Amino acid sequence: MRPIPVDTPAFFNRGPSPLARLAFFGILSIVLMFADTRYRYLENVRQAVAIVLYPVQRVLKMPGEAYVFVADYFGSKRELADENASLKQELVARGPATQGYARVQEENARLKALLDVRAQYATTATAVQVLYSSRDPFTQKLFVDKGASAGILAGAGVIDENGVVGQVTRVFPYMAEVTLITDRDQAVPVQIERTGARSVLFGNGTGRSPELRFTAPSADLRTGDRLLTSGLDGTYPPGLAVAQITDVVRDAGQMFARIVCKPLAGIDHSEFLLVLSQSAALPPRPEEPGDAEAAKKGGRGKARR
Amino acid sequence: MRVLPNVGSFGPASPDEILRPAKPWFIVLSLLLGLVANLVPVSGVVLELRPDFLALVLLYWCIQQPRYVGVGTAWVVGLLMDVGDATVFGQHALAYAVLAYGAEFFRRRVLRFPLWQQAVQVAVLLVLCALIVLFVRFVGGAILPHWTYFAPPLVGALLWPLISVLLQTPQRPSRSGTRR
Repeated sequence: MRPIPVDTPAFFNRGPSPLARLAFFGILSIVLMFADTRYRYLENVRQAVAIVLYPVQRVLKMPGEAYVFVADYFGSKRELADENASLKQELVARGPATQGYARVQEENARLKALLDVRAQYATTATAVQVLYSSRDPFTQKLFVDKGASAGILAGAGVIDENGVVGQVTRVFPYMAEVTLITDRDQAVPVQIERTGARSVLFGNGTGRSPELRFTAPSADLRTGDRLLTSGLDGTYPPGLAVAQITDVVRDAGQMFARIVCKPLAGIDHSEFLLVLSQSAALPPRPEEPGDAEAAKKGGRGKARR
Repeated sequence: MRVLPNVGSFGPASPDEILRPAKPWFIVLSLLLGLVANLVPVSGVVLELRPDFLALVLLYWCIQQPRYVGVGTAWVVGLLMDVGDATVFGQHALAYAVLAYGAEFFRRRVLRFPLWQQAVQVAVLLVLCALIVLFVRFVGGAILPHWTYFAPPLVGALLWPLISVLLQTPQRPSRSGTRR
């Protein structure tokens, strides 16, 4: 007696069942996530997929660019005249400063030479345009339209006309990912403009203001104080505006004061940014005896370089 | 119950209307457009409310054309989204794969419902999708997001009637055919 065949006839055959597929792809995703977060094995794959996505992203910019072009073209004469007038005023207003600038710079160079201070950072920078910001609500990132092909390196600081925006964290061939200073894993070494005290500004994630953490309640900080980069990290040149203190909460029950800051740069609306070149003139890092331990401890602090 | 106005041949297909099979190029094109819609640079409130268009399109094809679009396609498309969003590799892939599996489960009955009731069921799937992403991020050490985190899936569900009408239009039989 022949057994009754239990296989599905070829006509109905649709390959593995959805549950089997889900299990397969689910496990594959978990492996991918693990490999990506723990070991960062997949950066090459990411680069390859990013190249596939690049045309899509370029196409996206087109309607906006076309709109701006047309709007500019039809911009009224009145508007242009107004702008011209205000620009002239500004030029005049800045006259004294610019006239003295050459002399001051020369004097500065001489003094620096005298002190044998090396130039802290190269002044070259690349202007970039924001392509889009990440949809991910857990991080604060945006993408700009130039990448490795324009000489941008991971770790470079990014600024706009008002201050520090963030840091390049990933570089693709034709675009780069910038982590904003408000990202939870981002920290910027700063200096209070008024007092010169150094501290570190920690990002706090989407919808929350960055804070100066671990500051003693007695510290001399006031609402309105401006924070500048201290330049200690070698990522940002010293003296760039970063944020302004908006609130100082001194609670006697807490060990530290809570100092809330507001970024000065237009981190969520600036369209054009400047990627600073890596400071080449930094002195080499001193050898530390407990280097391995320090590296382990500092794992989460200064976003990946 | 007619939810959307039936203007000419543009309107929801009735449950017993037999749709023509979708062209593969149309499926690919619509998925591509979904991806594009997800990457459009916006900010502020729009960014907070923007639904995951790609998930919606994917869900539609998983329900309508399960032989072309299934768990595997969803997974690959999710990887693209992961790169576009700079998120952990496999996060969207996992969420979309589960989405496709859910669609496989309820696709036989969902089409019998009017569009607004379909939207409610879609909302459940999309919220599930968001929860998976949330869980993955939790494991990765993220903090609890604002409640607006769940706004995009709900907005997406509201858009479901529109998206499904848009996507089924090319498959409607021609007027000269079996129109009653």
